Amino acid sequence: MKPLEIIEDFFVPLKMDNVDTDQIIPARFLKSTTRDGFGKNLFRDWRYENDDEEKPKKDFILNQPQYKGSILVAGKNFGCGSSREHAAWALKDYGFTAVVSSFFADIFKNNALNNAVLPVIVTDSFLEKIFAQNNEATLTISLPKQTITIDTTKETESFEINSYKKECLLNGYDDIDYLLSIKTEIEQYEQKSTK
Amino acid sequence: MGQTLFDKIWNKHIVKTINDGPSVLYIDKHLIHEVTSPQAFAGIKERRLKIFRPKQIVATADHNVPTVNQHLPIKENLSRIQVETLINNCAENDIELYGLGHLYQGIVHVIGPELGITQPGMTIVCGDSHTSTHGAFGCIAFGIGTSEVEMVFATQCLLQTKPKQMRINVNGELNKGVFSKDIVLYILSKISASGATGFAVEYAGSTIRNLSMEARMTVCNMSIEMGARCGLIAPDETTFNYLKGKPFAPKNDAWTNALNEWKKLFSDDDAVFDEEININAADISPMITYGTNPGMGIGINDFIPAENTFTVNEKPAFKKALTYMGLQEGCAIKGQKIDYVFIGSCTNSRIEDLRLVANFVKGKQKAADVEVWIVPGSKQVERQAMEEGIDKIFKAAGFQLRQPGCSACLGMNEDKIPAGKYCISTSNRNFEGRQGAGARTLLASPLMAAAAAITGKITDVRDLLK
Ligand code: SF4
Repeated sequence: MKPLEIIEDFFVPLKMDNVDTDQIIPARFLKSTTRDGFGKNLFRDWRYENDDEEKPKKDFILNQPQYKGSILVAGKNFGCGSSREHAAWALKDYGFTAVVSSFFADIFKNNALNNAVLPVIVTDSFLEKIFAQNNEATLTISLPKQTITIDTTKETESFEINSYKKECLLNGYDDIDYLLSIKTEIEQYEQKSTK
Repeated sequence: MGQTLFDKIWNKHIVKTINDGPSVLYIDKHLIHEVTSPQAFAGIKERRLKIFRPKQIVATADHNVPTVNQHLPIKENLSRIQVETLINNCAENDIELYGLGHLYQGIVHVIGPELGITQPGMTIVCGDSHTSTHGAFGCIAFGIGTSEVEMVFATQCLLQTKPKQMRINVNGELNKGVFSKDIVLYILSKISASGATGFAVEYAGSTIRNLSMEARMTVCNMSIEMGARCGLIAPDETTFNYLKGKPFAPKNDAWTNALNEWKKLFSDDDAVFDEEININAADISPMITYGTNPGMGIGINDFIPAENTFTVNEKPAFKKALTYMGLQEGCAIKGQKIDYVFIGSCTNSRIEDLRLVANFVKGKQKAADVEVWIVPGSKQVERQAMEEGIDKIFKAAGFQLRQPGCSACLGMNEDKIPAGKYCISTSNRNFEGRQGAGARTLLASPLMAAAAAITGKITDVRDLLK
């Protein structure tokens, strides 16, 4: 995994609560046996009329060229529903490196972290402040400091992240590396618990 | 201080805890299917690792499989490749696979319990959010992503932070025509689709105690729809009787020993929960959803809420949902015409569900312009249905009994609901496009679905029960 530190970029505001992973990546695109290429189907049914790439839905935010950037800002309970990691792969493949919301579904949060897409949890009021910005505004997310800043207004909020996960992201480690390093302890546990 | 059921199982499975970090949780059983495993197998290969404990893994093919002519090769190319990839991966790694054609094949959350693979006190994971189903046996069972599948392949462990704990007590007798599906849809309508995020939920109370094993699975199945990490019910005689004699249940002395351990699995009287919710069973009527998340449910005789009952932030999602569903705020849902009926999925496709529906439709006929699909959860359920003559009852009623799989629950195979059509479904998700692009899903219990099949519209099942 590539290490992650500071993200300073424009953002795409998706003002919708309860965005489920079936919307992020519909089931019919889960038939791949690799992790690549999901970005083009991100929010597929919100993006196109009748599944037709020639017919983008103009009112959907990803189809509005004035909104760009590698940060997605979404309403609360983002990523609920299916555990499909394809949702995190699709966001990443599309080019998002962070998702900001006031609330994330559990499994999605883990999946995002495991793919170096940073879930940034802000308060409802801070989320409102971000949504109130125009498309010229940028955000700065600092993982080392655990802060998110609206650059135009300089308003800042700190966010929570498990210190272990933070270390992993900063160094580009993943959980498997850690788990493999304690394999002897796992074997000892197994012996003890079958006794 | 006393321990909760969750604490007891959790503590027993901790290999170690990282300072100011997550715990290393040991996983007893790992269930896999064709959709969320290929990338994990590939990852293991890339890292030049071996599967650590292949004997603790059980695989099945369910999401992609056709529900007619299962003896023929899968027509759809990508689906076939995914299923074949699973077959190869299992063969290469010495993993037990109950694939197409196997006596035990079926939806992963149906076969685990019916084979006795799922047992009290275990930790169980699967790359599938409805793994919460298995918690009905008093185990910690939760869905994981593909990276986590890879971790379990490599080490039989996961890094987990301990969730908060909630207890939902349901007490009293259920009204006529009200089933476990209604209980869970009712809870969802009260606490919303995010109401239990970050929690492990234990269901307790006299109503839950009186539910059969299969009915308990329906409740735990939908824990994830509240955002819960998992759902659990303390094991009791109902659990033990269900498990006894199942193919993978312990036998003889091992059974006696297991039983002794299982009987210790309950929340102590002085155990403390972070949150506790009390529900009166008498308040629950047959439920139906009107929107595009499972929390958007109402009693059959209630009205779709008005827009002005929502906060500013909630309004866009509410309006979008109603537009998608083609329904009006403030209106009744009873009487809404439907086009399809789907009775299946890991929520409601077990033999009890099929029996209940068969009893109800015996001698009745489906409405002329409605298509009715009954998809059993497993080969075993299918076989049992045939043995009991349930297949004939369905046939006479004009219901199609198909072959086991996930089917129209998520429409990954050919079983899709066409755009704009209404489907009353016993599955667990009414998300936009879940049953096919543009499909409109109304979630309900099997009997509510059967009643709608007969009348062709959303009906209060109690009007048809004598
Ligand atoms: S039946 Fe539906 S919810 Fe259950 S495992 Fe299959 S796709 Fe998932």
